[in-house]
Amino acid sequence: MPTEQDVRPVTEPSEHITSPVLKGNPEDLRDLEAGLDKLQSDTQAKAGIDWSRVLLPIAALVVLILVWQFYVSLGLKRRDLVPGPLDVLGQMGVLWGEGKVQESVWTSLQRGLVGFLISVVVATPVGLILAQAAPLRRAFGPLISGLQVLPSVAWVPAAIIWFGLTDATVYFVVLMGAIPSIINGLISGVDQIPPQYRSVGKVLGANRLQMALQIVLPAALPGYIGGLKQGWAFSWRSLMAAEIIATGGSIGFGLGSLLDQGRLLSDMATVMSAILLILAVGILIELLVFGPIEKRLLQRRGLLAGGTR
Amino acid sequence: MPVVLEHLGKRFGDGAPVLDDVNATIAKGEFVALLGASGCGKSTLLNILAGLEQPTSGALEVPGDGAAFMFQDSALFPWLTARGNIELALQLADKNSGKRSSKAERSARASELLELVHLGGAGDKRPHELSGGMRQRVALARSLAQDRQLLLMDEPFAALDAITRDLLHDELERIWKETGRTIVFVTHNVREAVRLGQRVLLLSSRPGRVVAEWDVTEEHRTDAGQAGELTATITRRLREEIRRHAN
Repeated sequence: MPTEQDVRPVTEPSEHITSPVLKGNPEDLRDLEAGLDKLQSDTQAKAGIDWSRVLLPIAALVVLILVWQFYVSLGLKRRDLVPGPLDVLGQMGVLWGEGKVQESVWTSLQRGLVGFLISVVVATPVGLILAQAAPLRRAFGPLISGLQVLPSVAWVPAAIIWFGLTDATVYFVVLMGAIPSIINGLISGVDQIPPQYRSVGKVLGANRLQMALQIVLPAALPGYIGGLKQGWAFSWRSLMAAEIIATGGSIGFGLGSLLDQGRLLSDMATVMSAILLILAVGILIELLVFGPIEKRLLQRRGLLAGGTR
Repeated sequence: MPVVLEHLGKRFGDGAPVLDDVNATIAKGEFVALLGASGCGKSTLLNILAGLEQPTSGALEVPGDGAAFMFQDSALFPWLTARGNIELALQLADKNSGKRSSKAERSARASELLELVHLGGAGDKRPHELSGGMRQRVALARSLAQDRQLLLMDEPFAALDAITRDLLHDELERIWKETGRTIVFVTHNVREAVRLGQRVLLLSSRPGRVVAEWDVTEEHRTDAGQAGELTATITRRLREEIRRHAN
C-alpha cells in the first residue's frame, strides 16, 4: 500500500546501512512481513468427503465375495466343507437368532478392550523409563524384543496350569501378548525423536520429569500410537488363541469359543461365521479408533502430505 | 552481566582440539557476531555458552540464569501451535525462576511476544503451516520467552531465502533495540556479520581461536561505502585463514 513514507528523499540522514527509503518505518516492516507471510504459506483447501475411500474398499469386498461364490458354484468341493457366502450368511442369521453372535462378540470385545487397557497402563511407564534410562534398557531391551517375538499362545498351557479355566488365564495371555509390543513401539518412537528436541528442552530448562512428559512423550506419539495399534492386534490375536484352547470352566463364551464349537460339530458355516466376525471386529476397531487418531495426529504435524493413505 | 571466556578449550575424546585458547569478553547489551568458516567450532562454542556442553579447559563466565538459544532450524515442537510453543517456554522458564504464573498470564505474555515478532494473527497455526521465516520468528519469540539476558543464535537465518533473511535482519535489529538483550550471533556470512554486529569476532578453523576482531562503528552503519570496505577487509582475512589449511 503506497504511503508518504515511500517518497521520502534519499538524502535524509540515516542510521543504518540499508537506506531508510528501502527499509521504511516499523509499520512498513510489518506490512512487508505480512505480505511475505501470505506469499510463503500455502493456503490449504478443505477437501470434502473423498468417496473413493468408501467406495473402493466396498468394491474390493464385493469382488472377493463374487470370486468366493464363483469358486463354490464350480462344485469342486462338497458344499458342507466349503460353504458359499449365502450359506455363511444364513448360518450367521441362525446364530444371531440364538443370541450367540451377540454374546460371543460382546464377551470377546470386552475382554480384549479390558486386557488392552491394562496393557497400556502397565506398558507406558515401563516403556518411558526404559527409553530414558540407558542401563535399564541395555538390561531389559533384548528380553522385551524376545517376548514380542514369542507367540503369546505359548503362554496358554502355563496359564491354564497357574490359573485354571478362569478369565485370569485369558487376561494373562492377552497381557503377555500386548505389553511387549506397546513397550517396543514406545521405545522406537522415542529413538526416532530428532535429538534437537531434547536440546531445546534442555535449553528451555526442563527437568527430567518435564522432559519425559512434555517433550519426549508427545514427540514419540506417532511411534507410540503405532505401538498401541500393534498392541491391540496382539491382544486380539492372543485372546482368540486363548479362547480356542481354553474352553469350559468359568470362562465365558467368546468368539474363539464359537469357533471351537463349530470345529467340534464339524459345522463349517459356523467356523466361517466366527472367522468373519473376528475379522470384522478387527477391521472396525482399526477404522473407527486407530485410523482417525493416527490420521489426525499426522495431519496436525504436517506428516500426511504425499502419502497414499 | 558480561560474558567472559578465558583460555577456553574443548576437545572431543582424544581428537584434535576443536577450540583452543579462546579469549573474549562480551558486554551487557552488546550484539556480537561470531564469524568463521565451516568446522571452526562456532556451534561448539555456542553450545558451551549455553551449557549444553562442558569445556575441557579454561574458564568461562556466563550469567547465572543461563542463556536463551535459537537454533538454525527453528526446532519448534510440531505437536504444539505457535502459541503453544511459546507458552511451553514460559511455563518451563517459570519453574526455573521459582515464580508461578497463571495460565492467563502466560497466554497474555505469549500474545505480546507474538505481536513483537509481528505474528499476532498466526498464533493458532502449527509449525508446518508456517513459512520458514515465520517459523524462525516464532523461534525468536520462544527464545525471548525465556526472559534471559543472554541470547545465543546459531546461524538462525542460514536456511532462509535472501528476501526473508533481509527482512529478518531488520526485525532482529528492531527487537534487539527494544529488548536490550546481549546477543551472540554465529554466522558464516560476512555481510550478515557486518550488517548486524556491533563487533565482529573472527574464529580460525581447527582449532577454533579468536584471531581477529573488528568494531562496526556508526560510520559503517550509515555509509554503505565504508561498510563495503569493512566487509572486504573481513572477507580477505577470512580467506587467508581458510587458505592456511591448503598446505
